[in-house]
Amino acid sequence: MIPAAFEYFAPKSLDDALRLVERHGDEAKLLAGGQSLIPLMKLRLSVPRYVVDIGRIRSLRSIREEGGWLVIGALSTHHDVESSEMVRLMAPLLAETASEIGDVQVRNRGTIGGSLSHSDPAADYPAAMLALDAQIVAASSSGTRTIHASEFFLDLMTTQLRPGEILTEVRIPRLPERSGSAYRKLHQPASGFALAGAAVRVSLDEVGKIASAAIGITGVAVRPFRASGAEAMLAGKKPSPKLLADASEKVADGVEPLADIHASAAYRRAAASVYARRALEAALARAEGEKG
Amino acid sequence: MATATKLIGKPIKRKEDPRLVQGIAHYVDDLTLPGMLHLGIVRSPYAHARVRSVDVSKALAAPGVVAVLTAEDVQGAIAPIPCAAQIPDMKPAPRPVLATNEVRFVGEGVAAVVAADRYALRDAMDLVEVDYEPLPAVVDLEKALRKDSPRVHDGLADNAAYHWALEGGDVKKAFKQADRVVKLRMLNQRLIPVAMEPRAVLAQYDRGDNRLTLWSSSQIPHILRTQIAAMLNFPEYGVYVIVPEVGGGFGSKLNVYPEEALACHLAIKLEKPVKWNEGRRENFLSTIHGRGESCDMELAVKRDGTILGMRARVLADLGAYYQLLTPLIPTLTGLMICGCYRIQNLSVEITGVLTNKMATDAYRGAGRPEATYFVERAMDAVAAELKIDPAELRRKNFPKPKDFPYATATGLIYDTANYQGALELALKKSGYKALRRQQAALRKKGRLLGIGLSSYVEICALGPSSAMPAGGWESATIRIEPTGRVRVLTGSSPHGQGEETSFSQIAADMLGVGLDDVIIVHGDTSAVPYGIGTFGSRTLAVGGTAIYRCCEKLRDKLLKIAGHLMQEDPAKLVLRAKQIVSKRDPKKSISFAETVGAAYTAKTLPPGVEPGLEATHFYEPSNFTFPFGTHVAVVEVDRETGEVKLVKYVAVDDCGNLINPLLVEGQVQGGIVQSIGQAMLEEAVYDDQGQLLTGELMDYAIPRAADVPKLETFHTVTPTPVNPMGVKGVGEAGTIGATPALVNAVVDALAPFGVRHLDMPLKRERVWKAIHQAPSESAGRPRRSK
Repeated sequence: MIPAAFEYFAPKSLDDALRLVERHGDEAKLLAGGQSLIPLMKLRLSVPRYVVDIGRIRSLRSIREEGGWLVIGALSTHHDVESSEMVRLMAPLLAETASEIGDVQVRNRGTIGGSLSHSDPAADYPAAMLALDAQIVAASSSGTRTIHASEFFLDLMTTQLRPGEILTEVRIPRLPERSGSAYRKLHQPASGFALAGAAVRVSLDEVGKIASAAIGITGVAVRPFRASGAEAMLAGKKPSPKLLADASEKVADGVEPLADIHASAAYRRAAASVYARRALEAALARAEGEKG
Repeated sequence: MATATKLIGKPIKRKEDPRLVQGIAHYVDDLTLPGMLHLGIVRSPYAHARVRSVDVSKALAAPGVVAVLTAEDVQGAIAPIPCAAQIPDMKPAPRPVLATNEVRFVGEGVAAVVAADRYALRDAMDLVEVDYEPLPAVVDLEKALRKDSPRVHDGLADNAAYHWALEGGDVKKAFKQADRVVKLRMLNQRLIPVAMEPRAVLAQYDRGDNRLTLWSSSQIPHILRTQIAAMLNFPEYGVYVIVPEVGGGFGSKLNVYPEEALACHLAIKLEKPVKWNEGRRENFLSTIHGRGESCDMELAVKRDGTILGMRARVLADLGAYYQLLTPLIPTLTGLMICGCYRIQNLSVEITGVLTNKMATDAYRGAGRPEATYFVERAMDAVAAELKIDPAELRRKNFPKPKDFPYATATGLIYDTANYQGALELALKKSGYKALRRQQAALRKKGRLLGIGLSSYVEICALGPSSAMPAGGWESATIRIEPTGRVRVLTGSSPHGQGEETSFSQIAADMLGVGLDDVIIVHGDTSAVPYGIGTFGSRTLAVGGTAIYRCCEKLRDKLLKIAGHLMQEDPAKLVLRAKQIVSKRDPKKSISFAETVGAAYTAKTLPPGVEPGLEATHFYEPSNFTFPFGTHVAVVEVDRETGEVKLVKYVAVDDCGNLINPLLVEGQVQGGIVQSIGQAMLEEAVYDDQGQLLTGELMDYAIPRAADVPKLETFHTVTPTPVNPMGVKGVGEAGTIGATPALVNAVVDALAPFGVRHLDMPLKRERVWKAIHQAPSESAGRPRRSK
């Protein structure tokens, strides 16, 4: 469990970090909380020549409101997100999701930017990012660009991020009124990752019909996805147990589920439906409890 | 006991804990010696391959590298790993310390690299170039036994290492007389022991006095010393084995491993200390596994539930080579397979099967969890078929207390028991009748509550020397030092169980001193008398009895000396609270300190009494002990996902007298938790190429605190007549009693779907499939098998 030799940098500013990643391109790896990279390096599955530790860039660890958006700096730990009053108020789904990640040690070290950049197909955050229509901000020496969550996750551990870019923050839009949300997951008992995780946001109209629903699913396929077929079935309808059950049945339609020693494709599909329905039920109950 | 009991029986907190919880205890990896080198093993990525060549030139040239050894270099210098098991007609499968021409499991060592530091070592290990020619791997037990199967060992006629059979009574007649024959095929899956501390070794050689010191995380320091001396052909009196703190063993450190011999060999060769420590992945691949037995069981039963006879055919997955006890463990399954029932007509056949996997060997319970699981699952299958309550079926087939000592059809003599007493207490404490009513009510609502029972008997206090390969006694030496402090040297080698506390309780009570006046020394072969070690739930019952006997000898001597000083008949004196007091006149006394002083100054000793206060005892047990109990598990199954929630757990164990109830509680709880692991989560999964798919803790699930409800533990107390303290052993009870209770509960929950049996681990998907592939939900009655 000893990594191969590497050169280590600890820049104190984003500009310095950007210069380093630009210079070293894909020979460099960014180190934030180290919860994924360090194990991979110790197993020599990842053998970067340069490690750029961005942990000292204080400006990246913040949670703030900006023009109605909730803005979370990339270095915010899962514990920061889980325990932030502002997150609980503006995007409770994110706080709930963060509380389900790994264990206490992982939540104290792991960061939101690190998790999203690493993009493990069974990570928890991506489902919430999709359900909340989050925007992901990436900086490079030539400027910044904003990527919508629905376009960010490309494939197994592959994102829109390019070599030389650093994910700096996540922006969450204000929720519609009378919204409720919930994250429910079936965890893999050894690793704690999601075998099937559903992050759901539901918004009601004045008469109690579902104005819109957003369902992000993680753990089931090579990348997280929005269950758009199920969302369409729910939109404009009066919620009922049958409606929720019928829509949940569809969450993994058109998706080719992963299969491994922990779960077959069929079981992942079934679990996604059950957990999506449970998340929908909880989200609806919360939306109905909202005074809108 | 002659002295007044003050400490024995009390839940005293562990003396060893302060140093452990403060992090100031020393494990092997905490030790550093000047000039110490680091050893690493290059391991095979193939389950079965011919080794065409090993090129070490690049590794040898790498910075910091001191030596690289291959099989050629140690040929003739290090003998293979010893195997103590002797089974008639057993085929040989010795494990070389480095693979010779073939590798036979993933993780087998091919080369040993020594470097100045761990970083240089790790880099150099990648530079050893091995040319492998992959060969077909033998993985599945049934396929392994087919004529056309590839062989694990080329020279052997087939992959059956041995056939072991045992027959008692008249089995044919029993099956002829049966109203029904209940058959069940079951798997007790291969497990990985996962001790918190992986193995670690440090060896040092002193040429001046030809002295070899080996620090190892082991359960058997003396046996290790003898075996290392033999493997290296080194005089045993020059070998010193020291076992410092050990972070758990569960049987995985009841062995002799290649790294121990290689580190010693290299320390001698290089005249430098050599350390090896194991990573977790390495631990999963190359430290022994446990279980791995399948069983076809048939029970011949009368309509009223009386069991007339049993037939059991067991296949045991031995792996590629024999470790210390590999072939022996499945035979313990055979000996215990009739459980706590009157089954006098019985036939058991066990086939040990060689496969291209890591060896199996003793893992907490070692053969008995398998036996108990097989018979307890089969009992539930009988109950379901005959529509008899599982508790009633068990009650009907128990031998009664008056039947003890009870001779089993497998040739054992069960010492003493009241099986029904433990069962009734477990039923009462769990509220069994109310649970059954609750179950019926919940079933009507579609909820799946399951109640599982397991009544077990186990074999402990291993054991009489006639039945043990290296002898089954244990030793103790006790010295009362001139200041009155008591040094207890034990041949046992506790490694987390807490015997520094329970042994202190025994010595303190017997000698009339305080707990802190006693120190327990173990694990250092230069300090303690030759001993057998800690395994087989033997430490208290055998090692503790040796201490008890030493204390008796010392007490007699103290009373003799005191009687001489007091002019009193020693038979009329008692030892208590650091005083020796006259029974006739309690005002007449002499202090313990004065008496001890007299033993050492030796000026007023009675005639014929030697100076000093030291006693040694080698205690040979006359029999095993046979603890027993009943566990009750209550689960609820989520019908949508197959998730199993353990809602209630009641354990009634009878381990005889309790020296320290707190330690007993810890052992029972820990064992139950490991059972939850086997029943619900754990399995060493090899693919058909022999690759270990569950090779790390990210894929091999062990139970966590959140998986464990409050475990309610109770005891009945039936002291054993085998030893003077009436103690039986409790270290493995949890892993023996709990697993079948848990599986029986889940199968009971699934009865409405006609589910008759599910193999462990009861992963959510397996349970989900059983529900969703069931033809239709019946009215809550299990279907009958043909």
